[in-house]
Amino acid sequence: MNMRTWSGLLALALGLVAVTAGAQVVTITYWQYEFASKVQMIDELIAEFEAENPGIKVRHETFPYAVFAEKVATSVPAGAGPHIVNLYYGWLPAWQRAGYLQPLPEDAFPTDSIESEFAPLVRAAKIDGRYWGLPTAVRTLALFYNVDLFEENGISGPPETWDELISIAQKLTIYRGGRFVRAGFGMAPDGQDHHLVREILLRQFGGAPYSDDYRTVAYNTPEGAAALKFYTDFRLVHQIGEPDFPFPGVAGYYRDGFIAGLIGMIVDGSFAIGAITRSAPHRWAVAELPRLTPDGERHNFASFWMHGLTPLAQGAELEAAVKFLQFITSERAMERWVAWVGELPARLSLVDNPELVGDPILGPFVAALPYSHATFFVDEAAQRAVMIDAVLRVIRDGMDPAESLRRAASEEQAILDRFWQAR
Amino acid sequence: MGTSRHSSSVVGLTLRRRRILWAYAFLAVPLLFFVAIRIWPMLQAFQLSVTRWHVDPAQRVFVGFHHFQQMWGDAKFLQALRNTALYAAIGVPAQVFLGLGIALLLNNIRRLRGLFRAIYFAPYVTPAVAVAWAWSYMLSPHLGVVNTLLGYVGIPPQPFLTSPTQALPTVAAVVVWQFVGFHVVIFLVALNSIPREIYEAARVDGASGWSLFRRITFPLLNPSLVLSVIMATASPSIGILQLFTQVMNLRMYDPGGPLGSTSTVVLYMYQMAFRRFDFGYAAAIIVVLFAIILTISLLQLRVLRRRFEY
Repeated sequence: MNMRTWSGLLALALGLVAVTAGAQVVTITYWQYEFASKVQMIDELIAEFEAENPGIKVRHETFPYAVFAEKVATSVPAGAGPHIVNLYYGWLPAWQRAGYLQPLPEDAFPTDSIESEFAPLVRAAKIDGRYWGLPTAVRTLALFYNVDLFEENGISGPPETWDELISIAQKLTIYRGGRFVRAGFGMAPDGQDHHLVREILLRQFGGAPYSDDYRTVAYNTPEGAAALKFYTDFRLVHQIGEPDFPFPGVAGYYRDGFIAGLIGMIVDGSFAIGAITRSAPHRWAVAELPRLTPDGERHNFASFWMHGLTPLAQGAELEAAVKFLQFITSERAMERWVAWVGELPARLSLVDNPELVGDPILGPFVAALPYSHATFFVDEAAQRAVMIDAVLRVIRDGMDPAESLRRAASEEQAILDRFWQAR
Repeated sequence: MGTSRHSSSVVGLTLRRRRILWAYAFLAVPLLFFVAIRIWPMLQAFQLSVTRWHVDPAQRVFVGFHHFQQMWGDAKFLQALRNTALYAAIGVPAQVFLGLGIALLLNNIRRLRGLFRAIYFAPYVTPAVAVAWAWSYMLSPHLGVVNTLLGYVGIPPQPFLTSPTQALPTVAAVVVWQFVGFHVVIFLVALNSIPREIYEAARVDGASGWSLFRRITFPLLNPSLVLSVIMATASPSIGILQLFTQVMNLRMYDPGGPLGSTSTVVLYMYQMAFRRFDFGYAAAIIVVLFAIILTISLLQLRVLRRRFEY
């Protein structure tokens, strides 16, 4: 026998070993974008899951946020993508329509138990009567405020109403020679404020953003215009801040501004807690979002990242993927998640946990869950842009809020119609 | 001689023919590569443009020219198209003429020439993301150094990237700043390759200054000018018609904004493909852009290329 024959035999033997091993162990792949605390958490959960399920190996792969959707878009059709993928709930309709997801098997995830056990906002993951994924955690919005700045300016506590927010912000704002040196409130229509207008202010002013099935735009009303005017007046009348302050275009500019002490208050999600905790040199605190009057309605916006199954999961891999999905959406996983990542548990059974409700940072976010709305986006990027533009047309182009909102309504209705007509 | 002829006739080919065959064999490798990674995907894009996309090939539906009709009624696409034309109208002449001007100046100095060349070229090799961030800080209407400097000479603070009217020219300026070094290098190389004797002969004949430039330098720079113009217009790396990275990074949370004023065709295509997962429509957009780039490049070649003789 010569060298070639030997190496051929060796390769064959190795191949056989791999095949027999493969018959015993099923390997599935989980994808999410790179976010340090989530990556560590999933790694730990995988280790636990594998210890309990010796027949299953989970490969965990992550990509930078900016290229995550691109990776999924091109890998799944090529058959090389993940079995389980983590996606923002607003992307679901587009991904589902293009065939990137398969519905959760009804026997493993009965619709009834999902709807009785999970927070109601998780219904945004339901299309055509089926669930296309489930979250481990959900997020709501709250008001972050700079405690040091508040004390320096003799302000005793966070605002209860929006009018109080305006007067506090005016005390904190420094405006000199046509330029903001410090903004009392960090306006960010392209951050979280488009949600603030759509799901919070609009409702507090007595309007509604959409019909109950989210198929018809309902905000083109005097109440809607009043809500948009109220928000844009932050800049145009009260001068307490402006979009793009302090550094236009930079991702998370308003959060950076808050961290740097250039902004007194921001509306941000529970997902911002980590970054602010790590970097802010000053003392800060969190409060529930203000309302119009001291006894007015509270509203909030909730969102979540969900784990979905791609069509690549079939047969034994589908079985394994379902098991893993059950595990990472279990109470056990959620308890770990909230402690480590700082996002709220998606299961109702954990929401009343007194430790969580009483937590000075997480408490205000948890309190918001019962009055939160998760907008059902059919085309998140486009619908988001509609509301950002509605705000900027008023602030940058001086358009009347009612006219700007009328245009937004017709643009967004066209987006909704295009989606529903094609189905 | 007899033996070599004999041996080559064994395979029935002359030496010359065998050489040619070898040449083709070597050429075939890059050609195959080119076909596989350029032509084939391009053909696929054409096919995709008449299809409604689905992961499962069996569920892809032929939609004919539907996507192309859709484009005509798509205000956001038309705005991106208009913006792209504006970017080209500002950016291409600015890059080429600034590049030429700087190269001519550099060509006239001896001292610190290498240093200046490096300074002008540095932005071109700086990552676009870093460039975008640095400019975003400097151009902040409130805290940026540019408005502070303008303040010293009595000019009121400008909104720059936050203004729907100023944002596009501002992005164009950043892009020109980043790419001008590339053109400087092209023109410097070309200037160095013009034989000194031609200038000397012309001087003997009494020519000087402007007429030397107009009658000798400029005509002899023509091939570089053509290259420079076509690169600045159409190339995937620095071509204004394919502008994407700078626009995206200069406005991370509202790409193409404010109010769509900085959007480009490629950015819009990207959003359709990777935000809406509408690859059919995205492919149709790219087919249209392909046709535009092809037409413009051919026109530029035709108009700009001049025959010249030494």
